[in-house]
Amino acid sequence: MTWNESLPLLVLASSLVPGLIIFCLAEESKGLRTALNLVGVVLKLLLVAVMVWGVEQGQSYEVRFPLLPGIDFVLRADALSMFFALLSAVLWLATTIYAIGYLEDSPKRNRFFGFFSLCVTATLGVALAGNLVTFLLFYELLTLATYPLVVHRGTQVSLRAGRVYLAYTLTGGALLLAGIAWLHALAGNLEFTAQGFLSGLVQDHSAALVAIFVLLIAGLGAKAALVPLHGWLPQAMVAPAPVSALLHAVAVVKAGAFGIVRVVHDVYGFEVVAQLGVAGPLAAIAAVTIVYGSLRALFQTDIKRRLAFSTVSQVSYIVLGTAIAGPVATVGGVAHLVHQGLMKITLFFCAGNLAETLGIHRVEDLRGVGRRMPWTMAAFTLGALGMIGVPPMAGFFSKWFLASGGLDVGQPWVIAVLIASSLLNAAYFLPVIWTAWFRAPPETWPAERAPARGETSLMLLLPTVLVAASALGVGLLASMPFSPLQWVGLIVDVEYAP
Amino acid sequence: MSATLLYAITGSGLFVLGLYALARHAHLLRKIIAVNVMGSGVFLVFGALAYRTPGLVSDAVPHAMVITGIVVAVSATAVALVLMLRVQSETGRPHLPEQPSD
Amino acid sequence: METPFADSPWTVWAVFTPMIGAVAAFLWPRRAALVGCLATLATVGSVFWLIWQVAQLGPQYHAMGGWGAPLGIDLHADGLSAAMLLTTALVGAGVTLYATAYFQQATETARFFWALWLLLWSAMNALFLSGDLFNLYVTLELVGVASVALVALAGNSDALTGAMRYFLLSLLGSLTYLLGVALLYGAHGTLDIGLLSDLVTPAPADWAATGLMVAGLSIKTALVPLHFWLPPAHAAAPAPVSALLSALVVKTSFYLLLRLWLELFPVTAPGFGQVLGLLGALAIFWGSFQALRQARLKLLVAYSTVAQIGYLFLAFPLALTTAAATAWAGTVLFILSHALAKAAMFLAAGNILKFAGHDRIADLGSGSPGIALSWAAFGIAGISIIGLPPSAGFAAKWLLLQASFASGQWWWLIPIVGGSLLAAAYMFKVAGLAFLPNDQGDQGDPKAAGARLSRRMKWTALGFALGALAMGFATPQILALLDSGTPFAQLGAVGVL
Repeated sequence: MTWNESLPLLVLASSLVPGLIIFCLAEESKGLRTALNLVGVVLKLLLVAVMVWGVEQGQSYEVRFPLLPGIDFVLRADALSMFFALLSAVLWLATTIYAIGYLEDSPKRNRFFGFFSLCVTATLGVALAGNLVTFLLFYELLTLATYPLVVHRGTQVSLRAGRVYLAYTLTGGALLLAGIAWLHALAGNLEFTAQGFLSGLVQDHSAALVAIFVLLIAGLGAKAALVPLHGWLPQAMVAPAPVSALLHAVAVVKAGAFGIVRVVHDVYGFEVVAQLGVAGPLAAIAAVTIVYGSLRALFQTDIKRRLAFSTVSQVSYIVLGTAIAGPVATVGGVAHLVHQGLMKITLFFCAGNLAETLGIHRVEDLRGVGRRMPWTMAAFTLGALGMIGVPPMAGFFSKWFLASGGLDVGQPWVIAVLIASSLLNAAYFLPVIWTAWFRAPPETWPAERAPARGETSLMLLLPTVLVAASALGVGLLASMPFSPLQWVGLIVDVEYAP
Repeated sequence: MSATLLYAITGSGLFVLGLYALARHAHLLRKIIAVNVMGSGVFLVFGALAYRTPGLVSDAVPHAMVITGIVVAVSATAVALVLMLRVQSETGRPHLPEQPSD
Repeated sequence: METPFADSPWTVWAVFTPMIGAVAAFLWPRRAALVGCLATLATVGSVFWLIWQVAQLGPQYHAMGGWGAPLGIDLHADGLSAAMLLTTALVGAGVTLYATAYFQQATETARFFWALWLLLWSAMNALFLSGDLFNLYVTLELVGVASVALVALAGNSDALTGAMRYFLLSLLGSLTYLLGVALLYGAHGTLDIGLLSDLVTPAPADWAATGLMVAGLSIKTALVPLHFWLPPAHAAAPAPVSALLSALVVKTSFYLLLRLWLELFPVTAPGFGQVLGLLGALAIFWGSFQALRQARLKLLVAYSTVAQIGYLFLAFPLALTTAAATAWAGTVLFILSHALAKAAMFLAAGNILKFAGHDRIADLGSGSPGIALSWAAFGIAGISIIGLPPSAGFAAKWLLLQASFASGQWWWLIPIVGGSLLAAAYMFKVAGLAFLPNDQGDQGDPKAAGARLSRRMKWTALGFALGALAMGFATPQILALLDSGTPFAQLGAVGVL
């Protein structure tokens, strides 16, 4: 097995192996567990960086072996997969450090970090999957690995949230399986191919292809929280903050959104999607989700629930950009995969810091917290402004490309959706920022656990500030090589090559 | 009606009779006897069909099989009887409990 | 061919090693566990050698004592037999290991367990290797008697009444089958499956015989609505016995049905297959629904078996023309994956029961470290039962789905996929308990005899669960083994059905 074949496997092993070892550790061996976690995330980041560089240089990384009759297990690196893989690896580093600080002295950390590592393994597998069956394998593994994290606290509320989560995601998985099995019976091929592999079948099997498309999108939409399949996401908020960050910013919702991008571009191809007439309905669902999520967020008083509905809304930007054919909109949608990830993880880390340090869970308790926790609230403000789309934050570029992409292909209604959504974003984020910075703090905080010095533990603050800085950075440096926006250009060149 | 057919029909009749008794009676001993009646019916069918071609010596293979079958049936009956006694000593009556709600 | 013993009649040894072990365990009750271990080693060795022969040299045939049919006893081994022997050997080896720890004291129960288990193994191997309808009856009856006695070993009233009901239904099933055999013999004068396959026609007598044999075997396989004997018997038996019954014994009669269907029955009217498939779908929904509402853990697992058996019957309507090979391969893979996963679940449930002193689901729980591995085994086995990738259960369901699309009967995906979702519902109803905080639920019953579980019991359960999960990656190898002289091989090419 050559280096280029083993690299994708090593990327998975760099989190799988530490995870499995962590399961076997004694609960007290904190040092070893932390060391394993950190070695794993750093190693993974390095390996992914090597692959990103290699893909940019035109290297190909692929490993395959037979799994089912006529179907291989395939891991392959292309521009799109490395985009998602790098996002996951970077955010994993931040989340792991954050989680080590967050879960200090809580019980069952072995179980937590074991499943945490399985989760990143599954996410990287989703990113690198080279065909639909391999994708499904890791997609379902992701469901299984996140369930224990959602119910980690073991309370009745979290067990119920876990059941709801499974009901949505496993049903989604079942629909996806049905769609994939049907597609294989019809096309005999499931390999992701630039611009799709179904153009030959449109003539004779358009009804079947539409039905399969509906099955696939419904299956993926359950994780991507497309309305009306979003019900699990706000409930899953009972999980510990690093898990919420993970569910919302990187792993679960992104796996669904990434899958939709894959199906539209590399299974069907955007031309076939347009011929079948399914692009319009998909864009409409995305638009409804964007507006609906923002509206619901407006009425939430719990900070994490407000963020959850904000996620419902923001993830559909990716779907919207994918559904509107045309390279410019695609750039906006795919870039939002990273932009939303960075901004949302910042917001969730901040919410975790507030809850952990001062016991703040509700928006009204935020009065004056900016003075008590300036770094955290500064990070929150950056993230929130990015979500609204204020330049030069990353979110601005997503919205800009989406809007001009919509105009390019003669769909100006996209702009109306974006304006409505941005106004709603402002309506639910600006009061939070205003309350935190400009209102007088109360006498006592709901449940203060004052650290020795500083506003909160460094293990919590450092990742928060770093992800906030990078959310600002990818906006400021949007035109530098290897910035997300430039990398998306690479992806789009392949997908829209004549 | 040839003798073979008569035996075969009688055998099948015994089988059905045993099946009816097995379903109908609650007492375990009756059920075990019912299974034995069914077995005898099957053996009778076998024996009757051994005489396949009229005028020729009957086929020895079914005879061998019926003998084996009787050995199996006797052993099974012995196991069933022991089991019945254990059920009676453990539950106080030689009956199966009502079906669990199903 | 440099491999030693390549020409030995391993078919014979696969049957006789456990038989000799059974007699020895009965004669030297004090050393029964040791005898059991040695016999297991020898049997597993014989079976693997036989599988090697089948895989490398093709189907094996041995006429015992040189008599040959019709009076002698012939043993045949092809890819299908080899797959069944492999399943039995894998589950058998693990259960032996588990039982050495489960039956700690050399009680009477323990002694009888070893003799009966080895007898059961011998009977099952003989059944997989027989090619003669009457020998198949005898082995079927031996499997039934040994299984019933094993259930009764638990000795309490649940086990005894469960065993009694099981026995009566089992006898009913075998006698119904035997009546069918008698009719076939009457019509054609032979009982050799190979010879009969050229003789049967869609004549009324053959149809009656087919109907009787299918009905008898369906009773023994616990196909809904003839399943009611299974849950009480499987749930009341001692843990290693429950594992054997659910993993292996119900599959023996199904194997026989499968072989007869493929090689013998005059299947010209597809309606018959459709009826069996509908009953299978009914079993999936009814069994899962019942599993969902059980209050006791072992009954839940037993009803899960009722549901999973339904999947085996889906292949009968799916095995049409070009889809036939795919459908049967999926079914055999399903047998193998379900055997490993269900063995894991019953052994894990046995551990949980021993640890907590009861198996009432409402009162179970706690992620106390003493039982964590068993919960893990239960959960991982659940992945295979639900049929999520990469488990062999997924591969099996994938092949069934492909067969339903290829045969133009896409609607069968409703029970296939729906059954998965229901399985997830009852699995996670239980698995969620493992995440309760330490201070909730049972902490283990200090009075229960075995509250401290031996390491061997925990790891055997986990080993089965991981095996079922990893087996998905071995799918190509298993399917290659199946192609060795199996009726499926010709199906793919010719499209017989």
